[in-house]
Amino acid sequence: MAVGKSQSLFRDKPVKVLLAKPGIDGHDRGMFVLARAFRDAGMDVLYAGLLPTPEEVVDTAVNEDVDVIALSLLNGAHLVVFKKVADLMRSRGIDDIAIVGGGTIPEPDRPKLEKIGVSGNFGPGTPLSVIIEHVTERAAQARKKKMGE
Amino acid sequence: MPEDSYWSTKLAGISARRNHGNRSFEEWEKKTLVPWNRSTGYRETEYENSSGISLKPVYNSEDLSSDYEKKQLGMPGEYPYTRGVYPNMYRGRKWTMRMFSGFGTPEDTNRRLKYLIEHGESGLSIAFDMPTLYGYDCDNPRSHGEVGKCGVNVTSLRDMEVIFDGIDLSRVSTSMTINAPAIVLLAMYLAVARKQGVPFEKVAGTVQADILKEYIAQKEWMYPPEAHLRIIRDMMTYCTENVPKWNYISISGYHIREAGSSAVQELAFTLADGFHYVEMGKETGLDVDDFAPRLSFFFNSSINFFEEIAKMRAARRIWATVLKEKYGARSEKAMLLRFHSQTSGYTLTWQQPLNNIVRTTIEAMAAVLGGTQSLHTNSYDEAMALPSEDAVRVALRTQQIISDESGIPDVIDPLGGSYFLEWLTDEMEERAYRYFEEIEKVGGILQAVKKGYIQKEIAATSYRRQTRIEEGKEIMVGVNKYSVADEKPLRILKISRKAQKAQLDRIREVKSERNEKRVRETLEELENAMRDESVNIMPYVINAVEAYSTLEEISNVGRKVFGGWKEPVIV
Repeated sequence: MAVGKSQSLFRDKPVKVLLAKPGIDGHDRGMFVLARAFRDAGMDVLYAGLLPTPEEVVDTAVNEDVDVIALSLLNGAHLVVFKKVADLMRSRGIDDIAIVGGGTIPEPDRPKLEKIGVSGNFGPGTPLSVIIEHVTERAAQARKKKMGE
Repeated sequence: MPEDSYWSTKLAGISARRNHGNRSFEEWEKKTLVPWNRSTGYRETEYENSSGISLKPVYNSEDLSSDYEKKQLGMPGEYPYTRGVYPNMYRGRKWTMRMFSGFGTPEDTNRRLKYLIEHGESGLSIAFDMPTLYGYDCDNPRSHGEVGKCGVNVTSLRDMEVIFDGIDLSRVSTSMTINAPAIVLLAMYLAVARKQGVPFEKVAGTVQADILKEYIAQKEWMYPPEAHLRIIRDMMTYCTENVPKWNYISISGYHIREAGSSAVQELAFTLADGFHYVEMGKETGLDVDDFAPRLSFFFNSSINFFEEIAKMRAARRIWATVLKEKYGARSEKAMLLRFHSQTSGYTLTWQQPLNNIVRTTIEAMAAVLGGTQSLHTNSYDEAMALPSEDAVRVALRTQQIISDESGIPDVIDPLGGSYFLEWLTDEMEERAYRYFEEIEKVGGILQAVKKGYIQKEIAATSYRRQTRIEEGKEIMVGVNKYSVADEKPLRILKISRKAQKAQLDRIREVKSERNEKRVRETLEELENAMRDESVNIMPYVINAVEAYSTLEEISNVGRKVFGGWKEPVIV
């Protein structure tokens, strides 16, 4: 299922995604599973390591020219911390990198995150294929922007 | 290398006693099973548990060695303690129903603790918030949004004073789930005791302080492993001499399992961590019979019923054997593996959440049948958030129903002697020893952790499991089978942001009132102590907290002296 390379958009350079857990949270099981799943799907995967600040996440994303930042939090601070990342992106005028989220995100919080530009917001038990498809879709949007479309 | 060969010798012995054929099984298979299967067959092509152990359709006495009952099983309260650490087990005392809690401000937690004490609890258990667990103060920008969320926030001694206001520390025992900054929290607790006039000899409780599993699984560290281990060593030595009722390490498999390991990996890596602490204590010059009784364990009780029970029984047997044979323990107490257990958070689903009550019941039964000393049962709404009060009550009632209605605790190790369970206990034991040998080849557990070997093993298992779930080879009811289209959203607990403001106000007040010169002095003295391996830093940490230096100020001394830690690449 190498969707990361399947579209012509990604033929020369596959989907590039930065996995990050900003904030104070060490629950990295899901991140590691996603890292492998994304790689198996043909994506180019980076992991921001533990406890990066939102600034560090955005800096890495920009320096590495990724298509998608995939944020994960399981400590309940997603509304505050995901927003910090989204705000930083906006204040720096970056619109060619998509942000997707996941973790223990209660249903009522999902529209709030969507509104600030964090999409997906997948909860526990989401099939990997659903996440991969969504990341690819958002990556395609980001890539088109990068290419000035 | 006589020491090095211990695991290999052990393995050779186990394999010699276990590798014999099973003629009656083979005859039955040929004569009865195979012809039967020609017409009906099996539902699945493979049967295996979470550890990837492939299971036969049935077990009999030939699956065990001839002297199994005498050598491996024994009786309760007798070496090698497979059947339980005490001769009377739950007939003497039921397991402690220790429900872990902590939230909001120190005042909130103080009220909760007093409520529990009024209702007869004397074993308090405190959860801290994420900033506290990582050694950051509430006023650090990193802590924004996290203060008081997953537990109570402690920034200075003042918070600890509030938490235990009106609670006599000579009459309670307190379990604090804290690792990297454990020495600071313990120092604060001791400082409160001193203010109350309670002598240290009467202070009882536990800190988790199992730093190895932090690098493996929970990922809450501040410094490189060697620095944390030295601090734990100082705590061990100090407590052995001055705070005799303090249990200074709770060696934890729970987080290793939640991070994605199998049951066998949880068993092996947790015990390997434990052996490292034993070696550390011995190297420091402590007598194993003095300090080993203060080490306790914390296991996960997950959903594969027999596998969990076998794991707990195997753990007791291995610990007793190795402590006696390899580390020269002579006192019985030093060989006993006593443990707390908690049902598995990973197995909970947010889909059809009431199903979680059933999962937790099965897991709690496994812990009791595995001979646990205390138990926390998860609440059905915990896949998404901290539990609501109603959900916590059901979780506690689950234990009470097992305890008071089911009859399960009336007979010790009631599944002992089951061909399957005994075979599985044996099998898990052998696989754990194989890991011990492997870890030794990598250079010991510390090296194995620093190189990421353990973390990679766990990540591989976790990915394999997820793949099997995706393929439908492993079932999660309500998730990849029997799912429903319209899930009703669950009402979950909301934590207010009040705690953050209250804590910010308090630390401002503390900082305006304290003697800054004294703070600087104590931190400088602490820095000097940290730089000298041969000095025990515990008294210096106590001085620093008594001057109201904050958790982060104290932790920053360590960050300056020891530096931070970047984990090896896992994936």
